[in-house]
Amino acid sequence: MQNKMNEQSGNRIVLDGLYKYFGNVQAVIDVDLQVRQGEVVVIVGPSGSGKSTVLRCINHLEVPTKGAVYIDGVHLEDKETDINAVRAEVGMVFQQFNLFPHLTALENVTIAQKLVRKRDKEEAERVGMAQLERVGIPEKANSYPRQLSGGQQQRVAIARSLAMNPKVMLFDEPTSALDPEMIKEVLDVMLDLAKDGMTMLVVTHEMGFARSAADRVVFMDEGQIVEIATPDDLYNNPQHERTKLFLSKILAH
Amino acid sequence: MTTLEQQAREKTPADAWAQFPWWLLAIIGFLVFMGVLLTVGEEYNSAFLFVKDGIAVTLRTTLTAFGIAIILGLFAGLGRISHNTIIRNIAITYIEFIRGVPTLVLIFTLALVVVPEGADLLKLDVKAISPNSRAVAALSIIYGAFLAEIFRAGIESIPKGQMEAARSVGMTVRQAMQYIILPQAIRNISPALGNDFIAMLKDSSLVSVLAVRDITQQARLYAGSPFRFRESYLVLTFLYLTMTLVLSLLLRWYERRIRQDAK
Ligand SMILES: Nc1ncnc2c1ncn2[C@@H]1O[C@H](COP(=O)(O)OP(=O)(O)O)[C@@H](O)[C@H]1O
Ligand SMILES: [Mg+2]
Repeated sequence: MQNKMNEQSGNRIVLDGLYKYFGNVQAVIDVDLQVRQGEVVVIVGPSGSGKSTVLRCINHLEVPTKGAVYIDGVHLEDKETDINAVRAEVGMVFQQFNLFPHLTALENVTIAQKLVRKRDKEEAERVGMAQLERVGIPEKANSYPRQLSGGQQQRVAIARSLAMNPKVMLFDEPTSALDPEMIKEVLDVMLDLAKDGMTMLVVTHEMGFARSAADRVVFMDEGQIVEIATPDDLYNNPQHERTKLFLSKILAH
Repeated sequence: MTTLEQQAREKTPADAWAQFPWWLLAIIGFLVFMGVLLTVGEEYNSAFLFVKDGIAVTLRTTLTAFGIAIILGLFAGLGRISHNTIIRNIAITYIEFIRGVPTLVLIFTLALVVVPEGADLLKLDVKAISPNSRAVAALSIIYGAFLAEIFRAGIESIPKGQMEAARSVGMTVRQAMQYIILPQAIRNISPALGNDFIAMLKDSSLVSVLAVRDITQQARLYAGSPFRFRESYLVLTFLYLTMTLVLSLLLRWYERRIRQDAK
């Protein structure tokens, strides 16, 4: 155990032989991945290849069938591990935003600070406002989600995660549900985050983002990692037939 | 604007005729007629003066029982969807048990069998439990089961992403329920809760079988002397109809307001 933890040092996220089955569906098969402090890793792959499931295993929204997840050396499958404490350190941004519709933007970014981080109202609001400013919409603090555009909602969702001061941010197709004209405002926020040294694992098909922010790109197909490379290598010089086929399809769009 | 929309906007006289709430006019007409009768008709007036003494009991019984039923229903509804097999089955047993027996029979069984036996078990003095308390207990337990199904449906109607978002910022299941899921669920089900409040107000008339002096019991007592059926029961009908009409108009207004808020 102790050995294992030392072995993981320097890595924010370690996936070790991860499997996830849904009944007969093998969603994730033997995935190994390490994400270092400050690294930005993009995951691409066809629909149904298990990208979301990998992300959801990292904060235990899905419990792996087999294998291990370590966040900062903490073994998630260990019965002693306080999963809520780990989740507070791992921000998650969803395709559908999942803002709390009965709360204002500011309340969305303060409620977990108060309940989980035990910050008082004043501090939570100060941190919350700072994060709303960081994502560029402090003037929407008192608006409800239904009064915001998709791009604004997704930025509030990012601020909600950031307000917890997470060590790691997970993004599951954060721009896929957005109208084209709103994609850029969300990607810009993510690029800023990457520049500030946030450790990020991002499922996205936005090649521009991957090229300018990613240290590595992971290509997944049918639950498995097919190849991992730098963005330039993966997009310009894919090694595997399945990668080439996938890239030719998304480039055809 | 398309012509179709224009057509939809402009009301023809026939539309106005079809959409006018004639039913409301008819009911209000009846209530006004009764109101006049109550003031000028001597027999009706004295029936009213006797029966009205039960209004406080009817309202107090309904309000108290509904308050308790909401708490019972919330926990039974949460239990109903619990991942814990034992808790879930206890909740289902309670709900199905109540739903399988007529309300009148349950009032007898709960007030005259379950409450005394329960008091015995807890070493309480059975005689100290008034018929009013038994009535409240019975109505609460019955409506707790009905409300449980409303709460369950309300909680299940909230998209899964809400619980996931709450959990992924580190909230416990309890915190997520309390601060994220339930506030949304309760808002969604508040019209259904309102409907059950009206239903309970009407069902509270059944507690007259326990000799609780609500308006129904008062009317029965007044009708006890010969030839007074007509004024007793018309006055009683008038009272229930007035209360339920006011409540259901309030409910319609509230429903319309939350639907506008959601826009
Ligand atoms: N909760 C679930 N129950 C059953 N099957 C699921 C569930 N979630 C995902 N799957 C299946 O797992 C596979 C991988 O899904 P997912 O991780 O969502 O892929 P991706 O995000 O790459 O599109 C798919 O075949 C999907 O149908
Ligand atoms: Mg997905």
